[in-house]
Amino acid sequence: MSQRGKINLIIFQTLIFSLLFALFGRLFYLQVLDSDRYQDAAISIQSRDIVTPAVRGAITDINGSPMVVDLPGLVLFADRSTLDRQADKGVSILSRVATLFRLEYSDIYQRTRLCGELPRENRAGCWNGTRYQPIPLIGNASQELALKVIENSDSYPGILIQSVPIRSYPSLAGENAAHVLGYVGAVTDEDSLNPEKNYYRSEIVGKSGLEVKYNDYLRGTPGVRTFLVNRKEIVTKESKNIQAIAGNNLITNIDSKLQAAVENALESAIFRARSSGYRGDSGAAVVMEIKTGRVLAMASYPTYDPEIWQRGLTVKQAKDLFSEAKGVPALSRPIQGLFAPASTFKSVSVLAAAKAGYLLTARYDCPATVEIGTRTFKNFDSKAAGRIPLDLGIAISCDSLWYQIAYDEWVRDGGLKPKSNPNDHFFNAAKAFNIDKITGIDLPSELKGRLPDRQWKQNWYDQNKNFFCNYKERAKKEDLTPYLIEIARENCLDGNKVRAGDAVNFSIGQGDTLVTPLRLAEIYAAIANNGLYYKPQVARAIVDVDGKVIKEFKPEVAGKAEAEESTWDFLRRSLRMVVTQGTAAGVFAGFPVEVSGKTGTAQVFGRNPNGSAKDDTSWFAAYGPTKDPQFVVVMMVSQGGFGASTSGVAARDVFAALFGVSGNRVDPERVIFPNGVPKTIAKVDLTKAAKESSNKQGKIRVGSVVVE
Amino acid sequence: MSQSIKYRADRRLNLGKFDNILNFAVIGLLAIGTLLVYAGTREWFRSYGLDPEYYLKRHSINIVIGVLLAYGTTLIDYRLLRAYTPIIWLAAVVGLVLVLIPGIGSEINGARAWIALPGGFQIQPAELAKISIIVGIAMILADRDQTDQDPSDLDVLKALAISAVPILLIIAQPDLGTVLIISAAVVAMIGASGARAIWVVGLLLLAVLGVFTAVQTGAVNEYQVARLQSFVDPNADPQSTGYQLRQSRITIGSGGLFGKGLFEGPQTNGRFVPEQQTDFIFTVAGEELGFVGCSLILFLYFLIFLRGFAICKRSSDLFGRLVCIGVIAWFGFQTFENIGMAMGLMPMTGVPLPFLSYGGSSMFANLIGIGLLQNVYARSR
Repeated sequence: MSQRGKINLIIFQTLIFSLLFALFGRLFYLQVLDSDRYQDAAISIQSRDIVTPAVRGAITDINGSPMVVDLPGLVLFADRSTLDRQADKGVSILSRVATLFRLEYSDIYQRTRLCGELPRENRAGCWNGTRYQPIPLIGNASQELALKVIENSDSYPGILIQSVPIRSYPSLAGENAAHVLGYVGAVTDEDSLNPEKNYYRSEIVGKSGLEVKYNDYLRGTPGVRTFLVNRKEIVTKESKNIQAIAGNNLITNIDSKLQAAVENALESAIFRARSSGYRGDSGAAVVMEIKTGRVLAMASYPTYDPEIWQRGLTVKQAKDLFSEAKGVPALSRPIQGLFAPASTFKSVSVLAAAKAGYLLTARYDCPATVEIGTRTFKNFDSKAAGRIPLDLGIAISCDSLWYQIAYDEWVRDGGLKPKSNPNDHFFNAAKAFNIDKITGIDLPSELKGRLPDRQWKQNWYDQNKNFFCNYKERAKKEDLTPYLIEIARENCLDGNKVRAGDAVNFSIGQGDTLVTPLRLAEIYAAIANNGLYYKPQVARAIVDVDGKVIKEFKPEVAGKAEAEESTWDFLRRSLRMVVTQGTAAGVFAGFPVEVSGKTGTAQVFGRNPNGSAKDDTSWFAAYGPTKDPQFVVVMMVSQGGFGASTSGVAARDVFAALFGVSGNRVDPERVIFPNGVPKTIAKVDLTKAAKESSNKQGKIRVGSVVVE
Repeated sequence: MSQSIKYRADRRLNLGKFDNILNFAVIGLLAIGTLLVYAGTREWFRSYGLDPEYYLKRHSINIVIGVLLAYGTTLIDYRLLRAYTPIIWLAAVVGLVLVLIPGIGSEINGARAWIALPGGFQIQPAELAKISIIVGIAMILADRDQTDQDPSDLDVLKALAISAVPILLIIAQPDLGTVLIISAAVVAMIGASGARAIWVVGLLLLAVLGVFTAVQTGAVNEYQVARLQSFVDPNADPQSTGYQLRQSRITIGSGGLFGKGLFEGPQTNGRFVPEQQTDFIFTVAGEELGFVGCSLILFLYFLIFLRGFAICKRSSDLFGRLVCIGVIAWFGFQTFENIGMAMGLMPMTGVPLPFLSYGGSSMFANLIGIGLLQNVYARSR
C-alpha cells in the first residue's frame, strides 16, 4: 500500500470512530442529560386521562341555606370534529337543534365556534375552550326535549347529551345576588396553560364573584382515570383511578332574606327615581355588620339572572351584559361603581374641622352664596339658613358653612403657595378612611376610590399638562369654547396646585373625590364604632361535605380613624338629627327604630349617551340602631335625584326589613336577626334546593336576560 | 486464473482460526437484536391475536441462514472471489432492474426495493449490490502488476463505472440511504487504494452537488423531500415523517440511564414508533435497555470496526485490504445513518441497522460482509 493510501486509511479510520463517538455523545445527551424532558413527553403520548368533574361546593347564606348548588342537569354538548365532518359543516344539525329548543340558530352556531375563529368584535357567546373537548350547547335542557334528541340520534350526529352537575340557583328567599355569587365557566386556554392553576381541560371553574375568589375550595378534586393507550388509541391498561372528591361548601355572611329585601328596596328606589323624572340608570346597596365587617347583603342594579350562564349565553345576552344602554348589568356597582360622595362626606369634614380646632358647639354662617376668588359657590338650592349650630348645619346639609371653613384652612396652608408642611386637615381626615385604597373585600376586581390631595393633583397635572398647554391644537373642535379655553389656560398655569375651589369642593364631597358604595359603608361603620372599621367580608366559613369547618373567616380590623370621643359623639348626634329634623326627617317620620344617617346629592358632570346632562347621584348612608349601632346601610342610585327621597326611602325599607318594622311598629316575628347576627357557623342544608329544582324541572326556561 | 489456483494450493488453512473478538461482537449484536425484534413486535402481534413470536421465529431463521452464508463465504479464498465478481455484479444489476418492473418489484414506503418471492419472502437486491460493488471495486483497484503502484486514473474510472450502474438503479427506486452508504464505501475504497487525492475530493463534491440538485430539481420524489425536510424541522408535520422522528427521539430519551427493562417499554409496546423491528430498532434498545444497554451496543460496533481495521492492516494484499475498507465503510456509515436518524442527528433515510434490524436480505448481506472480513483474516499472515 502506498504512503497516500496509508494516510487515507488513517483519515478514514479516524472518521469512522468519530462518527461512532458522535452517536455516543448524542446518546448521552438524550438518555442522561435531557432524559426527564423525554420521559414527560413519553407519558403524555402514552396516557389518556378521563376526567370526571367533582361536584362543586355549594354557596350558602349565613343560615346554611343554599344560594348556589350543583344539581344534576341534562346538558347538550356538540362535538366539533363530528360536526365539521358533515357535508354542510353541521349547519343542518345545529339548525335542527335550534328549532327543537326554540332558540336562535345564530346563538347555537356561535356557541360552537372557538373564540379564536371569530373576529374580535364578534366573540360574544363563543366557546372559550378547544375544538377537542365537548362544547356545551344547552345547559339544563328539559327531559322531554333531551329525549327527542336521544331517540332520533341519527338526525343529530355530533350532539351528545349527558347528565352533569350544573350550577343551580334555587333563590329560596327570592334573592338574586348575581354579582356577589359570580358565575362559572369552562377552563380557558390561558388557564390551562397556567401551571399554578393545574386545571383539567374539561373542568368548570369560577369566573367572577365568590365563584372565582373561593374557586380552590369550591372546585373539589376531579376524578381522574388514566389509561395507557397504543398508537391506535386502543386502551392497553388502566394505570390510575382517582375518585372525584366533592368541593367544599362556602357559607357566606349574606342573609338571603335580607339580600332579597335589599334588592327589592334598591329596585324600588330606581323606579321611584324614574317616576320622578330622573334617569336612575343604576344603583347599589350594601348592608354590613359594623363590629365585624361582615357583608350581610350587597346588591347591584341592573342585575341579571345568573342561570343564563348555565343555559348558555345567547349573543344578545352577552351583549346586553356589557351594554351601556342597558346600564352594564355585568358591573358590580357596590365595589366597582365610583361616585362623588357629596354631602355624605361632610361627616369626614366634621373630623377635619374638629382637628383644625373649630368649635363644634359654635354657630356658623350658612349664606346662600360664598365668593371665593372670582368664583361664586352656591349653597344647595341657593338658600340661606342664617347663623346656625354646626349640628343643625349637618342635619339640613348646609354647604356654604363648609366653603368658608375649607377656604380658611386652605389659606392657612399657604393657598396657591402651599407651606412645606401643610396641615391638610381635610385630606388627612379622608386618608384615615383609606378612601384611595380598595377595602380588600373578598370579591375580585374591586376598584379603589380617589382622594384628590396634593400628590394626586401633581400626578394628574403631569399626565395632562401637555393637553392643557396645547389645548387649541389638541382639543376637539366642539370643545373650543371660550369658557373651556379659559379653564385649559388656568390648568396649564397651575393645574398642579390644589386651588381654593378644589379645597372647597373637597369639603362637601364634590370635585374629584370618588368612592365606591362599599367604601362609604366602611366610613359610616367607622363613625358608628368610634373610628374602628373592619375589612368587609362576604365569606363566613368553608365547610366540607360532612359539615366540618375547614376554614373560618374571622373579622379583621382594616383601620382606625382617630378623633376625640367628643367629636364622635357630636358627629353621631348630628347624624341622628339628620333623621329627626334634617333632610331625612320626612322619610323616617314615625319609624319605630332609632337610626342615624346622612343624605347626599352629588352633582355629576358629563352627559348621557343621548346627550342629556347627567342627573345627580342620590346617596343615603346610615347606621342603626342609633344607641347601639349594629348595621350600616348604604344606598346609592346613580342619576337618582335627591338623596332622601330616592335612597333615603330605600334605606328605610332596608332597616324595616332588618328590624322587622311593618307600618310604625316592630313585629318581632319578622326581625331578620332576632338574636343578633349568628355567632356560630350554620349547618348547610341542601335538601331544600334539590326540592326547588325538581319543581322547576320540565319547564322550558327560555332566557329572559336582564332584570329590567 | 492460474494464479488463483496457486493461492489455494499455497495456503491451505485452518478455517477454525477466525478473529474471535469479531465473532464475539457480531454474535453479541445478533443476540441483542433478536431480543429487540421480539420486544418490538410481541405486544403488537398479540394485540391482533396473532402469534407474538412470529417475528422472533423469522428473525432467528434469517440469522441461521445468514451465518451459514457467512461461513460459506469464508470457505473460498477471498482472492478466488475475484473470479465470481462479474457474476455477482451481474446478478445484482439484474435484480435491481427487476425490482423496478411493476408486478415483480413491490413498493413499500414509497420505494420500489423488494422482489417478492413465493412463501412470503422478499429479497432486496440493493443489499446484494453492496457486496458486488465492494468486491468489484477492490478487484479493479487491486489488479496491478506491482503491488506498490498506485491505481491509475483509468482504474479509478473503471471502478466508478462499475459502481455507477447499480447506484443509478438504486437511485431509481429510490433508496437514497443505500445510495449514500454505497457511495461512502466507494469513496473510502478509492481513497485507501492510493488513488490521487483529487478523486476523493472530487467525488465528495459530486456527492454534495448530487444531493443538492436531486432535491432542487425534484428528481427525488416528494416522499424523499418530506423525509429530508422533516429532518430540518421535526415539528412541521406531526402526523408524518416528523412525527416518526420526534417519537423516535422521545422513545430513546425516555429510556434514561437504565431503560424500562426488556419487554417493559410502554412506547415500544404501544408501538408509537413505526417500523420499530426494522429501521427504528434502536428505539427499542433506547427505551428498554437505556443508556447502559445502548452504550454496550455501540461498544460492540466499536469492536467490529476495530477488528475490521486490524484485519485490514494484517492483510497481505491490496485486494483484501480494500474489501475490508469497503465492508467497514458500509457497516460504519449504515450504522451511523440508522442510529443517527433514530436520535435526530441524520435525516430519515430508511436503512436497517446492521446485525440488529429485522430483515432477511440485509441480514444475509451483513453476515456475508463479516464472512469476507473473516476470510481475509483467516488467510493473512
